[in-house]
Amino acid sequence: MTVNLSKGQGISLQKADGGTLTAVRMGLGWQSAPRRGLFGSRTKEIDLDASAVLFAGDQPVDVVFFRHLVSDDGSVRHTGDNLVGGAGKGGDDEAILVDLQRVPVHIDQIVFTVNSFTGQTFAEVQNAFCRLVDETNGEELARYTLDGGGAYTAQIMAKVHRSGAGWAMTAIGTPANGRTFQDLMPAILPSL
Amino acid sequence: MTAELVRGQNHPLSESRLEIRISAGGPVVAGATLSGADGRVAGAEWVAHPASHRLPGLEVSRQAAAEHRLAVDLDALPDSAHRLHVLLALPEGVGGPSRFGAMAAPFVAVTGLDGAEVASYTLTDLDTESAVVALELYRRQGAWKVRAVGQGYAGGLTAMLLDQGLDAAAETAAAINDAVTRGMARSVAAPPAPTAGGDTRARRTARAGDSGDAGPDGSSRSAGSSGPEGSSRADGFVDSPARPDSPARPDGPGSSRTAGSGDATPARTGSGDTGSTAAPVPPAPGGGGPVSYRHPGRETTAPPAPAPAAPPAEPGRPAPPVAGDATGWTMNERLYNQVWGMFEDLARSTAAYRSAVDFAESRLERELDKALSDPRTRVGPAADAAREEARAKRADLVDQARAVLDRDLAQLVAESEVVEHALPPAFARWDSPVWQGFQMPLETPMALRIGDLHLPERPDLRIPMLVRLPLERGLWIDSGRASAREAGLVDSAELRRRAMETAVAQAARLLAVYPVGDFSLHVIDPAGAAGTALAPLLGSGALRDAPAAGAKGVSETLQRLTRRVDLVQMAVRSGAVDSLPPDLDTAEQLLIVNDFPHGFDDRAVTQLRYLADEGPAVGVHLMMVADREDARAYGPVLDPLWRALLRITPLPDDHLADPWVGHAWTYEPSLAPAGSEVLRQVLHQVGQARRAYGI
Repeated sequence: MTVNLSKGQGISLQKADGGTLTAVRMGLGWQSAPRRGLFGSRTKEIDLDASAVLFAGDQPVDVVFFRHLVSDDGSVRHTGDNLVGGAGKGGDDEAILVDLQRVPVHIDQIVFTVNSFTGQTFAEVQNAFCRLVDETNGEELARYTLDGGGAYTAQIMAKVHRSGAGWAMTAIGTPANGRTFQDLMPAILPSL
Repeated sequence: MTAELVRGQNHPLSESRLEIRISAGGPVVAGATLSGADGRVAGAEWVAHPASHRLPGLEVSRQAAAEHRLAVDLDALPDSAHRLHVLLALPEGVGGPSRFGAMAAPFVAVTGLDGAEVASYTLTDLDTESAVVALELYRRQGAWKVRAVGQGYAGGLTAMLLDQGLDAAAETAAAINDAVTRGMARSVAAPPAPTAGGDTRARRTARAGDSGDAGPDGSSRSAGSSGPEGSSRADGFVDSPARPDSPARPDGPGSSRTAGSGDATPARTGSGDTGSTAAPVPPAPGGGGPVSYRHPGRETTAPPAPAPAAPPAEPGRPAPPVAGDATGWTMNERLYNQVWGMFEDLARSTAAYRSAVDFAESRLERELDKALSDPRTRVGPAADAAREEARAKRADLVDQARAVLDRDLAQLVAESEVVEHALPPAFARWDSPVWQGFQMPLETPMALRIGDLHLPERPDLRIPMLVRLPLERGLWIDSGRASAREAGLVDSAELRRRAMETAVAQAARLLAVYPVGDFSLHVIDPAGAAGTALAPLLGSGALRDAPAAGAKGVSETLQRLTRRVDLVQMAVRSGAVDSLPPDLDTAEQLLIVNDFPHGFDDRAVTQLRYLADEGPAVGVHLMMVADREDARAYGPVLDPLWRALLRITPLPDDHLADPWVGHAWTYEPSLAPAGSEVLRQVLHQVGQARRAYGI
């Protein structure tokens, strides 16, 4: 089940078979937009960054992003910063893996965000997508198409939160502006 | 002049006696068929192949080979033969490639008797075919011509012969394969596999120190974690106070391992027998067989096939741990990586627990504050209830966190038990049985255990502290009072004695795990204070020269080592390693300095600092047994020296930080158990081996 979401649309996701998620991956892929004008073949490099903020209650306690690739407990891992995007083949250029079983007990929400570090808005990015994948079976849980997303430089993607004994995911998809996740904190808080 | 033919091209043949040379990337069967004017092979007697290698005017070789020479006398062929096809096929059932696409393109050439090439043809574009018609020699208006055919058959010999119109194609193909297999079997039999015999012990010894074949430097683990912001994991210990802030943590992408993942584990159950990690030796063929050119002990292309997987996990429970459950080319490398993986998992699991407890505490505080801040509810049953609830929430969260930690710890304890028994001497504790059956190794191991690390959450879970060899930093065994919390229980002289004992145990381990003569030891003991501790080293002959005493001894020893550093450095820089003087000891050197700075003048201190800076790169290492307070008179001049050394303590002390989250780990030196003779025995063997080698 893949949900194609447009900006601002929220949807609650539980696994179809009633089980709970054990590992999720947030994948981000994009391609630089060709520049118009005289030197049309020149492309501007666009650096999008994926981040995950770990909340205990409404307090951020840890964050995984390109300067802190593994959370202190080792449960959330960023696979590494990509500065220029891919060739637009549909693969993930950056990914954050969450091993939900190892997440410390006091952390009850993990929020995923995407930022444009170089400052281009999503309107300038081509073939940008962001998706959440259930790592246990490779099934895509949600996918957002970012390009044409308007004059925003960031998006709060989704949150994975505790629900009963397991985890559930809620897509958020709120557009925002900011260079790194710190700038997004005010925008994240309402969606906790 | 050679005509290089392309597919379909033909070329006239002026001579009638010809040789057809075939060369291929591997053993192939070469044959030839004759066919009449109608293009059909009249019968099996018109096929020349290894089982029937001679026909009138035609001779082929009798077995599969990578090179063939076929002899053809066109005049001697039967008059009814109008075409001669040269065939190549891959032998079946002998273990070679099964398709031409997997080997280099075969090449055929038609030459005269004088060896001059008339025409040649390279059979390119073959893929799944296992048989191919290479050339056709045919009569055209009374003269013979050659044509490059290159028609392949995925169906093999049978399909090819059928296509040539031979009715008994299958039988002929079977006869050919049979002859080829027999021809292969005539080859010299492979040497018997080295089975467990009298030399098992020797091989095990050779394996015990086995790490040299772990890639250029076996650095997989350190490469994985040394990102732009990471210090190498090989020596990733940092002193707590000097620990850089979080951006400098080596959080390389490769530095994480998921605990409790119950994946199938490529590892052998830890029997402690590292001898059987050799590459799978081909079984000795009973009735002869193809010669195996594989070196029985060398792994050339790929890591050895995964050893039997761990027994499958019971549903709902993590798989039982096995030793060597990590990546690596050798068992030792796998164990090394596994130990580092356990280290990281313990660090991270504990970090999760601690942060959960911290959060619970801070939340409790907040909620209590809130309950107290409102004057209306400060007293009374509602306030009590609120406080009670807040405390219960705290206890609840802490219990949950503890349960998760206990789950992880149980898994790590089980893993540690298995791994500890499988460790080779260099990684093992002194009380491990491997030290009892110790033999001098033939190769330098990749790492050395210099002690144990544990965290207060689980003091009995000891992680071996492994540092890479050759040492990248010197060691400083701190005999100072401030070093140990327990130091209050021990007086200063006792502390110094224990520090020297630790130094001797470390030196003995280094001497033992290096091959004979690859490691030598020097001791500076200016006041002769460490005589008793050094006795085992001297008595066994492991330490050749008596400890340097007095200011003169100090300066002489330092002079000698400085000269060695200078010479080797010069030789390496100018690429003239051959011209080192013959009396220079090229072994790794370890200098133990006791009682620093007693007996040192300024010049000697400068030389010591020089050795600490320049030595490790050229194989001269320092081991200081010292109290920093003693050298306070030198002021900050010595700070870089202390910082360059890895500080360890003779008593348990929590001054080491891990590279991931920076916990303070309690270090405990690796010492022989009290009353044990193991150290003496090992040193005795070292001394004996050195004498046997005349060192």
